[in-house]
Amino acid sequence: MAELLKHDVVIVGGGAAGLRAAIAVAERNPSLSVAVVSKIYPMRSHTVSAEGGAAAVIKGNDSREHHIYDTISGADWLADQNAVELFVDEAPRELTLLEHWGCPWSREPDGSIAVRPFGGMKIERTWFAADKTGFHMLHTLYQTALKYVPITWYDEWFATKLLLDKDRCYGVVAIELRTGAIRGIVGKAVILCTGGAGRVYPFTTNAITKTGDGMALAFRAGVPLKDMEFVQYHPTGLPGTGILITEAARGEGGILVNKDGYRYLQDYGLGKPLDVHDPRHPVKRTMELGPRDKLSQAFVMEMRKGRTLKGPYGDYVLLDIRHLGEKKIDEKLPFVRELARNYAGIDPVYEPIPVRPVVHYMMGGVHTDVDGKTPLPGLYAAGECACVSINGANRLGSNSLTECLVFGARAGHHAAEYVGSAPDPDSSALEQQVRDEADRIRKQFLERTEGERLVSIRKDMQNAMEEGCGIYRTEQSVQAALNKVEECRERFQRVVLDDHTNSFNTELIAALELECMLDVARALCQAALERRESRGAHQREDYPARDDEKFLKHSLAYRTADGVKIEWLDVVITKWPPAERKYGADSGLPSEGGNKS
Amino acid sequence: MAEETIVLRVQRYRPEQDSDPYFQDYEVPYRKDWVVLDALNWIKEYKDGTLSFRWSCRMGVCGSCGMMVNGRPRLTCNTFLREFYPNPITVEPLVNFDIERDLVICMDTFLEKLKKVKPWIIRREVKSPEEGPYNQTPAQLYRYKQFSMCINCMLCYAACPVVGMHPEFLGPAALALGVRYLLDSRDQGWNERMEEVGSHEGVWGCTFVGECSEVCPKHVDPAAAIQQGKVLATLDWFKRWLMPWGQK
Repeated sequence: MAELLKHDVVIVGGGAAGLRAAIAVAERNPSLSVAVVSKIYPMRSHTVSAEGGAAAVIKGNDSREHHIYDTISGADWLADQNAVELFVDEAPRELTLLEHWGCPWSREPDGSIAVRPFGGMKIERTWFAADKTGFHMLHTLYQTALKYVPITWYDEWFATKLLLDKDRCYGVVAIELRTGAIRGIVGKAVILCTGGAGRVYPFTTNAITKTGDGMALAFRAGVPLKDMEFVQYHPTGLPGTGILITEAARGEGGILVNKDGYRYLQDYGLGKPLDVHDPRHPVKRTMELGPRDKLSQAFVMEMRKGRTLKGPYGDYVLLDIRHLGEKKIDEKLPFVRELARNYAGIDPVYEPIPVRPVVHYMMGGVHTDVDGKTPLPGLYAAGECACVSINGANRLGSNSLTECLVFGARAGHHAAEYVGSAPDPDSSALEQQVRDEADRIRKQFLERTEGERLVSIRKDMQNAMEEGCGIYRTEQSVQAALNKVEECRERFQRVVLDDHTNSFNTELIAALELECMLDVARALCQAALERRESRGAHQREDYPARDDEKFLKHSLAYRTADGVKIEWLDVVITKWPPAERKYGADSGLPSEGGNKS
Repeated sequence: MAEETIVLRVQRYRPEQDSDPYFQDYEVPYRKDWVVLDALNWIKEYKDGTLSFRWSCRMGVCGSCGMMVNGRPRLTCNTFLREFYPNPITVEPLVNFDIERDLVICMDTFLEKLKKVKPWIIRREVKSPEEGPYNQTPAQLYRYKQFSMCINCMLCYAACPVVGMHPEFLGPAALALGVRYLLDSRDQGWNERMEEVGSHEGVWGCTFVGECSEVCPKHVDPAAAIQQGKVLATLDWFKRWLMPWGQK
């Protein structure tokens, strides 16, 4: 019953970070056995939905200093600068490896890699594969990973708990969806690569699977979650579905207008607009190519002024790419056209696209160092589920795919070294933990016949988060959200399922996912409550200024017996002292001066 | 005003309790902007949590939610109820696969076939990343790009009569990916890959019905890939047997 499946390294999650980590382990030490445990087939992972591209310095007009500065200023100085430097230095190598593995990067006429600009960038440096970059990266990684014999694939296995022994991590308990069997998958190192948690909110670009599973597993094992209060709203999601319209649409020259056809971003410190036919348009770090947090905040202000449009799914503005023309749209943004036609019922060649801000990315996650190591020996994390942090208070567009590769690889390499030195676990202790977890799941979910359906709990949590921890927050609003989340956690103790069978019980998985989201939401609220300043994506209307004195620090949320406790950790500053974030005409680099506040 | 509704006739099969599949009707709200997947989710959330199906991205790119909708293989996340309203909609698991439960098919055979075509770049001499990317002109990219767009959604396997009759046939998606790597200017794995792609279970298994390309939601045109594969395999045969000195 509690038989253990034994490997050396166990990777949870089969998206870009997980697959890159798996390849890194297999290449570093081919004698190690690697398990990739994924709740969906790896090629279904949410990496697949990333559209616009991945950043790395490759062109002669760019430099590491530019990429570093864009990232740090985009992060509102909350990124660890040692981590950003290392990230920027390793990024070109990682994207080149993907190229060698077959990724169909878009090219210049001479056959070199093509790049495009993204928001918050001084110089264009986003590698892209039309507007399906994440799709191509994921399939390239998955297909490449298939050739490594030491990798064992646990497709459609859902991890529910970390296995611990003598204060080290030794694997996971997981459910095989096909049979319902609950097993221990054991290894001396575990790498969490489970992605973000956008589904904590009702309206998100994220796939249904983004439920913060890895974050919750680590949190329950006593590992802190870092900077959870920073939630990125992407400024251009489709109303209703939340489907993402990539920033590349603006990188290629798309503009945002309000109900009067006015380019409203010029009213919010993002510079002055140029005519769309001006050859200098779009200007980098200006207007539509400002950072995501500022664009989403501008939308709310515009809505409060009554200058947005009203639709069945709330307020919206218009993203206009018509001036690009059909040929360029089909060549550079074919997926945008397909999505707008299917899900907004308009053809962007002829009509502007209705858009509004939508939850997109968690800057926070499992606390790690630059090697993916968490404070729990044997436990690593990489990708969106981790927080190194290079993203600080606001992630720069097109850094996340690259982050999955750079830190997936680093975590893989370091885990491969670690397993050589880690002691063997006590197998009987692990077996007991598997039995206990199987009992818990059976009693809590499969045997209960009366209680509340999970959908009402989930919806209450999601709505509370949007209302209380949205783009703008106050002490009151966050406290209300936290109270609701705590109430939902209570109600979850009495959740009842219709499905009490074992084989492919997706309702059971949905319940376990909701349990994870409730933990993530709780940490997020507590951190949002205690960060009494406004920085990047965390805007407190009761504390509207950035406060470097008190809060140039990462929040660390710990789960304790009496609720979530927040501790603070200094941000690492190497060469770029905190300055005012400037976009528009004087969105300068340090060399251009004038940005000391 | 009473809410408009539509009936979904859904195939059920739970291996622990059902000896055979059967149909169950659900009446769901009708909304013009709902897709079949929205209706299935409404059933699961509010009426019957025991109904199982796969989905993830809900934007037509993850490839999870392929099902038979009124007898045709479709992605349920981009098949709108309005296409059928007010008539009932029949939803079944993709054909030509074993059923795990309800609308969930068993993917094992496809994963084995995918691995057989060696869907990775094979190089005789490997460049280090420090030497930079390979050069690939837009024209070289164009040769294989379309065949790299496959999302592994399995609609083409459900549409292919050969897959139905000869389960060992590698099938449209796997072959399109095999041909994709054969056509990639960076690849040097011609001989190894051609052993599978150019075999009887490979491109020569195809009788060119073309249904795979009809149902492909991403316009990969696997039928065209397979035809190109046949040309490449023929060239390969000539090279191997008539001009052995001409091999790369």
